[in-house]
Amino acid sequence: MKRLTLQIGIALSGIALLFSGCNQGGGSATNGALSSSAAEKVYVAPGEQDAYYAFLSGGYSGNLTVYGLPSGRMFKEIPVFSQFPTSGYGYSEETKPLLNTSHGFIPWDDLHHPDISQTNGELDGRWIFVNGNNTPRIARVSLSTFETEEIIEVPNSAGNHSSSFITENTEYVVAGTRFSVPVPQRDMPISEYKGNFKGALTFIAVEPEHGHMDIKFQVIMPGFNYDLSHPGRGKSHGWFFFSTYNTEEASTLLEVNASQNDKDFIAAINWQKIEEYVNNGGGTKVPANYAHNIYDESRHMATSTMKNEVLTVDPTDVPGAVYLLPTPKSPHGCDVDPSGQYIIGSGKLSADITVHSFDKMLAAIEGKQFDGEAYGIPILKFDEVLAGVVKSGGLGPLHTEFDGNGNAYTTFFISSEVVKWQLGTWEVIDRKPTFYSVGHLMIPGGNSRKPFGKYVVAMNKITKDRYLPTGPEMEHSAQIYDISGEKMELLYDFPTHGEPHYAAGCPAELLKPNSKKIYRLDENNHPYGIKSPAEARVERDGKDVHIYLSTIRSHFTPDNIEGVKVGDRVYFHVTNHEQDFDVPHGFAHIGANTSEILVMPGQTKTIVWEPKQVGVWPFYCTDFCSALHQEMQGYIRVSPAGSNMELAWSMGE
Amino acid sequence: MKAIKLSNISSVLLAGLLMLGCKGDPKEATTPDASAGIEVSKEQGQAFIEDDGSAPNILNVAVKSPDHTTLVAAVQAADLENALVNAGPLMVFAPTNAAFDALPAGTVEDLLKPENKDALANILKFHVTPGNYDKEFLKKFKKLGQANDQSVPIEVRGDDVYVGGAKIIASVPASNGIIHVVDKVMLPPQE
Repeated sequence: MKRLTLQIGIALSGIALLFSGCNQGGGSATNGALSSSAAEKVYVAPGEQDAYYAFLSGGYSGNLTVYGLPSGRMFKEIPVFSQFPTSGYGYSEETKPLLNTSHGFIPWDDLHHPDISQTNGELDGRWIFVNGNNTPRIARVSLSTFETEEIIEVPNSAGNHSSSFITENTEYVVAGTRFSVPVPQRDMPISEYKGNFKGALTFIAVEPEHGHMDIKFQVIMPGFNYDLSHPGRGKSHGWFFFSTYNTEEASTLLEVNASQNDKDFIAAINWQKIEEYVNNGGGTKVPANYAHNIYDESRHMATSTMKNEVLTVDPTDVPGAVYLLPTPKSPHGCDVDPSGQYIIGSGKLSADITVHSFDKMLAAIEGKQFDGEAYGIPILKFDEVLAGVVKSGGLGPLHTEFDGNGNAYTTFFISSEVVKWQLGTWEVIDRKPTFYSVGHLMIPGGNSRKPFGKYVVAMNKITKDRYLPTGPEMEHSAQIYDISGEKMELLYDFPTHGEPHYAAGCPAELLKPNSKKIYRLDENNHPYGIKSPAEARVERDGKDVHIYLSTIRSHFTPDNIEGVKVGDRVYFHVTNHEQDFDVPHGFAHIGANTSEILVMPGQTKTIVWEPKQVGVWPFYCTDFCSALHQEMQGYIRVSPAGSNMELAWSMGE
Repeated sequence: MKAIKLSNISSVLLAGLLMLGCKGDPKEATTPDASAGIEVSKEQGQAFIEDDGSAPNILNVAVKSPDHTTLVAAVQAADLENALVNAGPLMVFAPTNAAFDALPAGTVEDLLKPENKDALANILKFHVTPGNYDKEFLKKFKKLGQANDQSVPIEVRGDDVYVGGAKIIASVPASNGIIHVVDKVMLPPQE
């Protein structure tokens, strides 16, 4: 009898649970049902698609990765600054020029900060700009082909870190130097850094129709380290803000020597004023040496041009164009809210976040509220520009983005958390842990005038136990949070590729309709391209042998080639004659000292093979293109160097 | 023992209540069922992707041809759309409407009935080769292996090529293969 009572008790309490379970709805669950609700929020069923694109920097991979949100699925890795054997990028003859620099061919870089092009301060989805940190470069990636289209080297710069952020009509993409260096470079004692090294902030004009980049001017600033930057927007459009550290101008043991000053600066640059100055003939042209590399989609080929001059501007020559805003504790992030009113400096050794007011800055300039100067550049009084301080309770703020509803979200590296706070009141609303040591975060459109405040992605530096261990090296982890409510909800963990230093995201609908499916053969202007398999042929030009090779399911034309000799340079110009979405063909040749090439429909790509051994050597299609993929192959006969063998080629004979 | 039984009954009741209680809750409907998996509708797959950029595939070409409305209707009845847009390569011998009309009266209507879907699919697959050969190249073959796992003989008479007794009267390249228009419906050999 006692047992029976107990059973009834259990049944009753089960019913009670049942009611609370069923009444929950609405997504504000705070009990055990949370986990299933979180799963639903990131679950994109087979056949369904994600709501947002996210472009994560690959850091030391040199590449950019494309993810879907909220699923956290990776769709593509876009090679930018690194050779990429998967597609042949940087290995094919057509793409090698993209990696040319004043230091020669550089097959790698450290890709940091993606930024999507904007019109009127809103994402327009035409291009995404990224910076190479190591050998300073800015790249432009098409958001129609998702391929790198242009790379420009940045002279007088080193550690191109406060880059590649764009002004609100994509007038400029900006590249600020981390390291100050001798400008121009010369042989001089390192100990004479102070006062002699300079920091170049480079404004690269973006031609509106094609996006082509051209360095308009470089502002030659004092020898600080320039860390991150963001453009003014709305009312502050026309200005650009750069965080600085090492205003001590130390050249050694920066971890101690660059933390001496209680405050460093955010440099405010009125670029419209400087633009006007240079348009009226201002500035000094100085010798320089840098590469400008452009990929031509119709020729399927990049060309590299060396440039030998750059226009520099001494900020003291343009009164009213440059000011310094004191900002505590070596600020890292330098972020501007959607209204353009607030400039947020995240002192990376601080517990607090410093917010400057654009209106107060203008008033302080007007009222000459200066607190001295640095190398002739006025320093504005801290209290005269300060809008407020966020007493965060965390430690080590790095980077802030915005949800468009009056809230800001700041990452804290040391305390491993995302803190949500309110613009204007500076009150902390919520905080959630990240796993672990978060660097940057991203809200789609979160650094524009129109954020899409549905999700925030936190990108972490440390992974530890977040997923199955893979030896000492782990991919970094990211977390996605739902930020549509008052409190943030942790939804999901996913691994990222390389080291994401920043990311940019946008609604899927902005890009989806423009994503290219094929390259049209009738628009293929590659000098070694062929319009149909009937034009396939082999030509000899001295030691160079050019094979005009056609690929179509499921054969090469030609597929039997004779008359090649040891010592020749054999160019395989492979044209994919498919005109069908998602049907690439690959090409690889035994002993070729390069990667395969993956050729998209309608495209032509080239690799070179220098045969060293007599014999009959095969090539094949590396992409499982069709049911008869394994039949897609060919042979080249290589005769001795002195042979009289004439060129001959055929298919199906 | 009794107590245990009772407990079983109460949990059954509880489960019943649970289902009743949550009926109509949209979240309940999406609760993953470990055994069910995701249902894929008939209208999902490559054949249903909108793509104005690519060159037409075999299905696109057939759908646009006024001479092949019967063939297209048959492909749809047999749910073979997705097969005809596959990466292939595919070679389809496409009988004209006239060729279908030449079959004994009632044959087509019969084949289009749902209960004859398998027989229809078998006949249609007998018109498909995994490969992509133009008419000239086909002259090198004595027979072809068809998608229904049977072989079809090839005969060359003068300039003409006959496949399973059907004459190739036109050829249309497509992005994923080639269509050879034929003047007869090719009936699979009885085994």
